[in-house]
Amino acid sequence: MIKYTLKRVGMAVLTLLIITFLLFVLVRIMPGNPFPSERMSAEQIANKRAEMGLDDPILTQFFRYLGNALHGDFGKGTSLYYGAPISTVLSTAISNSFRIGGLAVLWGSLVGLVLGITAALHRGKFLDGFCTVVSILGVCVPSYVFLIFLQYTFAFKIPFFPYFFDSSRFLFSSVIPALSLSLFTTSTIARFTRNEMVEVFDSDYVRLAEAKGMYGRGLVMKHVLRNALIPIVTVLAPLIVDLLTGALVVEKIYGINGIGKLMVDAIAGEGIDYNYVLALGILYSALYIGIMLLVDLLYGVLDPRIRVSSGKKEA
Amino acid sequence: MSENKTILNIRDLDISFKTNAGTVHAIRGVNLDLQKGETVAIVGESGSGKSVTMKAAMGLLDANATVNRGEILYTYTDEKGQETTVDLLKLPKKQLRQHYNGQRIAMVFQDPMTSLDPTMTIGKQIMEGMFLHKNMSKEAAKARALELLQLVGITDAEKRFKNYPHQLSGGMRQRVVIAIALSADPDILICDEPTTALDVTIQARILELIMDIQEKMKLSVIYITHDLGVVAKVADYVNVMYAGKIVEVGNVNEIFFEPKHPYTWGLLSAMPDLETEDDRLYSIPGSPPNLLHEPKGDAFAARNQFALAIDEKAEPPLFQVSPTHWAATWLLHPDAPKVEIPPELQARLERARKEAEKYL
Repeated sequence: MIKYTLKRVGMAVLTLLIITFLLFVLVRIMPGNPFPSERMSAEQIANKRAEMGLDDPILTQFFRYLGNALHGDFGKGTSLYYGAPISTVLSTAISNSFRIGGLAVLWGSLVGLVLGITAALHRGKFLDGFCTVVSILGVCVPSYVFLIFLQYTFAFKIPFFPYFFDSSRFLFSSVIPALSLSLFTTSTIARFTRNEMVEVFDSDYVRLAEAKGMYGRGLVMKHVLRNALIPIVTVLAPLIVDLLTGALVVEKIYGINGIGKLMVDAIAGEGIDYNYVLALGILYSALYIGIMLLVDLLYGVLDPRIRVSSGKKEA
Repeated sequence: MSENKTILNIRDLDISFKTNAGTVHAIRGVNLDLQKGETVAIVGESGSGKSVTMKAAMGLLDANATVNRGEILYTYTDEKGQETTVDLLKLPKKQLRQHYNGQRIAMVFQDPMTSLDPTMTIGKQIMEGMFLHKNMSKEAAKARALELLQLVGITDAEKRFKNYPHQLSGGMRQRVVIAIALSADPDILICDEPTTALDVTIQARILELIMDIQEKMKLSVIYITHDLGVVAKVADYVNVMYAGKIVEVGNVNEIFFEPKHPYTWGLLSAMPDLETEDDRLYSIPGSPPNLLHEPKGDAFAARNQFALAIDEKAEPPLFQVSPTHWAATWLLHPDAPKVEIPPELQARLERARKEAEKYL
């Protein structure tokens, strides 16, 4: 297990390094000039370039960037936030996005699991159909439509929740965006859980457990749920990344200073801010790789077949 | 071996399945007796209803199944030493699972590769039944599980106890499945094609293991199989099943040496045999009837070269041949023309009988 973990961690770090390098090079070879002003003379530009190290070989530049990044320094924005350090802006955005995303993940997977399990246990009956309709609706309706609906109903018509995000009342004003973000996750998890559980219910080993005398809750807890959960973990992982990194549109509409909004601003502001794009790109990749790593390790805990295959195999 | 005490008695069982295509009448009035300590085999082609019959006894029928008629009477001695008979079909699911499945009637399934929970150690899977039915302490259950593992012929039981199913070979897994079935000391063991998914070399060993355990634990065993070789090896009584009915029943010698039903003739002829002159393997022509449409008359008539005119019109009753031997074919009617076993098969049966006598 330790060997397996180390191998996975090593792979993850290497992947992240390669992605960072690619992103860095891509941004550097982008056409355009960081000093588009007509008022700068050629000499001034050359001085500035030398000062910023833009004339060094690309590898030197990359390692310098990497070294700074490891110390938490991602440089400054070129157009956003008047050149404030990216790390400061980013950490506020991350904290906002993660807290709302985390709520959405929690809510989405809990409700999704409950819906899915309920449907599977009442297969072919009314509740199954009901849960299926709910989850199909959830997959079809985009989260921002749901957000606007919630905003209209519970902030405007019935003014209970704030109409826009307010960081001083964090939990309270997170309810609407978290709910609308979790809609897709809830539905996906619900459908997946239902199908997995139904499949496990039909399996030979559940038949054997029944023949042994297992029934009801004991059967579901001991034999069905664990086997059904293994594949669910894989679908859940990318959904978590999506939620944590903030849906671009939802954050924009609800006025949340999160990474989703930051990304939109960095790309669609006046002049693309490459430094933000680069930093956000690395952040997204790191999150993805980190969560996938977690899933891999979790898999090993949940599924003994994977755990052993990397360790000692017995005949 | 038999004490002439009926332990399981299936009466006029009739089951149908609702499918998208319509209602499939899978079991059409099955009768079956199992005496204490005996081994009974149910033989038939795929889809003849042999598994469904026993699944009904275990309460494992799929949700789309309906039991139209019949009863499955199980007789046992309860905790107070009273002899009790229950109809397994009438029991609520929960009661069936709590007091009968595993504890009194256990089952071994066909495919050992899929019938063990992949996320649970085999030790835990064996102990589960003991916790459910015997209220054993953890230590006692573990000791018993190790004992069972040894009984089913797993050598390094202590180590295997902690293994997961995927770490074991198919034969070993089937041994574990048998150990699970035995974990709560059942009276009846139902084996649903226990060797079909296994290597030929392992098959014989698993059969011998079951026979050995049957002797040791005084079990009554029901085999569901399509393999006549298995039947000949293990069974005391044989039920030949066709299209949801039992068409011939008798003790193993009667079925193998004096079969009366043309379907049984077909089955026996279809067994590969080294000494047959013909170099082609016989197979029964046609395929079993689709039970979506109830067959009129004898269900086997269409595939039967000896079919009589009446076979198309009326279903044959069971005619008694000997006190233990019955067959459902009009050929046994006193007015029927004299039809003998095909000479080719007759010669084979003679050879087999001589062969068998050598061992008696």
